[in-house]
Amino acid sequence: MISSRSVIALFKDVDSAADALDAVRAGGFESDEYEILTGTPYPEGAFGEDEPKHGLYRYPLVGAACGFIMGLIITAGTQLAYPLVTGGKPILSVPPMSVIMYEGTMLGSIIFTVIGVIIESRLPRVFMGAYDTRVTEGYIGITVTTSEEKISKAEEILKKTKPEDLKRGWEQKDFD
Amino acid sequence: MQEYSYASDKEINKSLLKDVLGMPKWWLAAFGSLLLVWLTGMGAYGWELNQGMGVTGVNRPVYWGFYITNFVFWIGISHAGIMVSAILRLTQAEWRRPVTRAAEVLTLFSLIAALTNIAFHVGRPWRLYWIGPYDFSRGIWPNIRSPFVWDPSAVGTYLIGSTLFVFIALIPDLAAARDRATGFPRKIYAVLSLGFRGTPRQWKLQAVAGILLSALVLPVFVSVHSIVSWDFAVSIGVEGWHSTIFAPYFIIGAIHSGVSAVAMLMALMVWLWKWDKYITPDHFDSIGRLLIIVATTWFFFFALEWIFALYTMESAEIALREWQIFKNPMGPLFLVFMITSYFIPVPAWLFKKVRRSPMGMFITTILVNVGMWLERFLIIVPSLQRRSPLEFDWGSYAPSIVEILLVTSTFAFVGMGVLLFAKVFPLVPIFDMKEGVRLRDEIQVGRRSVPATIRE
Repeated sequence: MISSRSVIALFKDVDSAADALDAVRAGGFESDEYEILTGTPYPEGAFGEDEPKHGLYRYPLVGAACGFIMGLIITAGTQLAYPLVTGGKPILSVPPMSVIMYEGTMLGSIIFTVIGVIIESRLPRVFMGAYDTRVTEGYIGITVTTSEEKISKAEEILKKTKPEDLKRGWEQKDFD
Repeated sequence: MQEYSYASDKEINKSLLKDVLGMPKWWLAAFGSLLLVWLTGMGAYGWELNQGMGVTGVNRPVYWGFYITNFVFWIGISHAGIMVSAILRLTQAEWRRPVTRAAEVLTLFSLIAALTNIAFHVGRPWRLYWIGPYDFSRGIWPNIRSPFVWDPSAVGTYLIGSTLFVFIALIPDLAAARDRATGFPRKIYAVLSLGFRGTPRQWKLQAVAGILLSALVLPVFVSVHSIVSWDFAVSIGVEGWHSTIFAPYFIIGAIHSGVSAVAMLMALMVWLWKWDKYITPDHFDSIGRLLIIVATTWFFFFALEWIFALYTMESAEIALREWQIFKNPMGPLFLVFMITSYFIPVPAWLFKKVRRSPMGMFITTILVNVGMWLERFLIIVPSLQRRSPLEFDWGSYAPSIVEILLVTSTFAFVGMGVLLFAKVFPLVPIFDMKEGVRLRDEIQVGRRSVPATIRE
């Protein structure tokens, strides 16, 4: 059984939070073990953190392709299913088909973008983990989530950076 | 001089969540009054459903009246929200921050109001599903050559896209509400905020999503009103409708009425919710300047539409235009339309005093929307009313009390929708306001310290 624990330290200003993050990194913690929590977006790298990588731009392209195909199936399919020749013109009328296929393409890309934003943001998150409601009041939270053996070391490091508050978060037990 | 308020995150939370977590005194009275108007309209709708379309004023040859006018009007209003929000986001205009969500919410409820007009207009609304490819048992499918099939696909896309757009931008504020709420509301906000914690990754995705969704919704916004205009423009048999300029003309008209509606809503937000700290005279000034450009562009398209109609000197077209300007009751309505949609508001907006005054902007933007409603009426009804060759029915149009009540009920519906949204969710984006404060700094210019905005 492997269990992990987390700790959160709260800071009032950006400089103290950035110093605390430096200390955590210097203490040997990896980037997947610590997080910065803020109530508002800060410019990237304001705390010296790594730039988050994401693959959001793929989602609208996949969605657009799906939407286009759906539009094509609906417009061509309904005309072919009831093939009424009018004035000797072709059964498939491309200009009106393009209107609905366009809307289908846009709808698909919007829906997939939203799904992509949620997935890439690592949401929904069932367990909040180490969190404090003061984060949305302007405090900056530095959390460390690590193994039970290393959590005391993380706590020691964060304590030395003189946070406004320091508290233990949740405990997760993974069975293997 | 730019005016900014330097509030802390805690103060911003407190003032913007005050009416979400509590109940403002005026709210129930305002909501109740609108509900009464809406219920009266719904009573009239019940009567119409029971008695049939004979209780309305529409009849051959004027088969489109108040409901379709109102449909086009609300589609127009719905355009402003996303247009204001998306264009201002893409251009990173700082003054967007307090107004984007209100504009988006106005879009949502206007779109729903527009769709209700279609339900009012069709005689048998329970068969509205026929516009979808569903009727498996009969084997007869929708005719996709008809703009009435394009319309629901465009409006449906716009409604779903706008709803998702609002939701994604709302997630951080739902987290702020979750952190302040107690009891059952806290559980609801916790579920809706999806466990948002504010990591750099989540903020980055928020920023990218804002730009990406804006870029995706804007082409939809253009397509929706183009398609609504094609409801008219692809009919070759009606003078006044069959015009190639209708799509851009309708779009710019929608922006004119919609941006005006946003300015009107901003004034209401200042008066009702007392958000004058966030929506300052600077914001009214900015939207006033934008409106001068939009209104003048709209007027250019309006003039073009008339010039192209008259240039060919076709007798039928000239007869229609004479009807619109010189005959009763269209003539006086045309005069009111011209004065209210352009000749009062635009000269008024040239004065800084009017642009910076919530009352000045409120009155002038209401006038614009009176004018723009009449514009749609004057496009739809006179064109159908005019006697044309091979037409055996003569008829005029006067709206019945049922139509008047139902049209009024849509205004009450949109008002109720915005009030209800503002009661449950923050109407001013909290995190956006906080970011605005954070990215702002004072710089020294000569002997004066002035606000500077830092942009990422």
